[in-house]
Amino acid sequence: MNKSTDADKVRELKQFAGRIRQETIKEISAFGTGHVGGSLSIADLLAVLYGQEMNIKPEDPQWADRDWFVLSKGHCAPALYATLALRGYFPMDWLNTLNRNGTNLPSHADRLKVPGVDVTAGSLGQGASVASGVALGLKMDGRDNKVYLVIGDGESQEGQIWEMALFAAQHRLGNLIAFMDYNGLQLDGYCKDICSLGDAAAKFEAFGWQVVDVPDGNDVPSILQALETVRSKTQKTDDRPSMIVLHTVKGLGWSEIAGTPKSHSTTINEQQRDQALAEIQTMMDAA
Amino acid sequence: MIEHTLENEKQEMRQAFCQCLLELAADEERLVLLDADLMSAMGTKPFQEAYPERTVDCGIQEANMIGTAVGLSLTGKIPFAHTFASFMSRRAMDQIFISGAYSKANVKLIGSDPGITAKTNGGTHMSFEDMGIMRGIPTMTVLEATDITMLKWIMGWMARTYGMQYMRLVRKQCVKIYRDGTDFQIGKAVQVMNQFDAQATIIASGVCVAESIKAARTLSDEGIGVRILDMFTWKPLDNQAVIDAAKQTGAIVTAENHNVNTGLGAAVSEAAASSCPVPIEFIGVHDRFGQVGDQDYLAQQYGMTAKDIVEAVRKVVDRKRLYLHR
Repeated sequence: MNKSTDADKVRELKQFAGRIRQETIKEISAFGTGHVGGSLSIADLLAVLYGQEMNIKPEDPQWADRDWFVLSKGHCAPALYATLALRGYFPMDWLNTLNRNGTNLPSHADRLKVPGVDVTAGSLGQGASVASGVALGLKMDGRDNKVYLVIGDGESQEGQIWEMALFAAQHRLGNLIAFMDYNGLQLDGYCKDICSLGDAAAKFEAFGWQVVDVPDGNDVPSILQALETVRSKTQKTDDRPSMIVLHTVKGLGWSEIAGTPKSHSTTINEQQRDQALAEIQTMMDAA
Repeated sequence: MIEHTLENEKQEMRQAFCQCLLELAADEERLVLLDADLMSAMGTKPFQEAYPERTVDCGIQEANMIGTAVGLSLTGKIPFAHTFASFMSRRAMDQIFISGAYSKANVKLIGSDPGITAKTNGGTHMSFEDMGIMRGIPTMTVLEATDITMLKWIMGWMARTYGMQYMRLVRKQCVKIYRDGTDFQIGKAVQVMNQFDAQATIIASGVCVAESIKAARTLSDEGIGVRILDMFTWKPLDNQAVIDAAKQTGAIVTAENHNVNTGLGAAVSEAAASSCPVPIEFIGVHDRFGQVGDQDYLAQQYGMTAKDIVEAVRKVVDRKRLYLHR
């Protein structure tokens, strides 16, 4: 890839991230309320994974050679749904049905209802264990598929995350590439005031993972660079699982809530929706 | 009627468990065994030696073990996951519920040392609620293996049937009840005995089946005939067998190594109450915790002996007469 196409690709992924943010805002505002903040903070990551990194076939979600994606912070499903719809896994108009009676798009990611969702999650910590089980199963069969896992920093207060961290290191799950959406916030406020996670990178390193700490986790080139680092390490027969710690801004794209405890789950009225969509458009135009 | 022998032969359930896993694994390469640091206790080290690449000893982390088993099942494996019944149910309940049943995974949950058979591990390890917890999870199949013959049948069924299934089993010695190779059916109670003019039906499970057969012998001497059903299939329950028992014998005694308020007593009551309410007596644990002790002592403590069952049958038959002559 030469420099100009590289820059084109980055621009394209940034546009994709913007579209994911806009569709997430529209989707949640159509219902009236939802988990906006954590959805917006992972939009750039989703754009990189679904726009470039992952080996997928949207027309064949169960394709045997696909890479797997597990959103363990399952309440941020609105961003994943927007991503999947934009990639053509299901019609865009499904997004207007989020959380409505009889919908295929429930608030937490559900593998039985949503084409493209590999693992059901919702009770925090659980998706992480399932992801490592999938990685182990693929490794047992000698398959090359990778498993991409997203956990939250608040979620990492769950003991199950650390059970999984020990387990994945023990079993040398080099095919497991995890991301921590380290946005510093949880429902009740700032994580550091409630049950501080501290230095997540140091912790995972101590657990035997290869770790990349990304100071701006909403920056597409930084995410791409982190994945490149992981890949090059893996190529050197390093079979440790990977943790990419993304320091992100919860609610990024909608300034009224960004970086505040209010961003976790909130209502969006029409005026706020239009304001947020315009702000995101400005971000996209500047990209 | 299925032949039973109540042989004095005592069998090690765990030995049969491991042997059966080895046999199943030979024919089914997708079978994987998980444990949470209880392989030595469960006697499954021979499986690990035979199939190291299909054995996952997770260490002491039941919640992660269940999630891992679910993940393995999503890649097409057939995971058997074992820990003590107390940990499987109480400790990993949310993982079994959401990662497992809610997301329609395929994991075979094995809980050993149920109830009083936890003996000197005592109250912390004594599960009188595991079957009730599992029964509360939609789509879950909930079974208790009575002896080795049934254990082998259930394990074969589990290996070939997709879904979340829980089986509790005694880890160490059990009494042999069924002839080798006996066929069973999920959702169908085993009629172990049906004496002429049976005046009550004992609906039993697990270690209480052998005690019920002993009780029937004493009752027979007193001229009280009984029917005995081995209700190893708690969910789906054999509702028809319960209704037939109620209609044909007019009185029921349930006998379980479990809390009666969420267990077999509750399940049988629900089935009988909806179609044919009759007097019922409940052998089992009545809202109490476990404690240390040998199995005979604990059976006496919690009223699970043949003698207790005899008294319950007498009582329920008396109540039936009062009820009929009211």
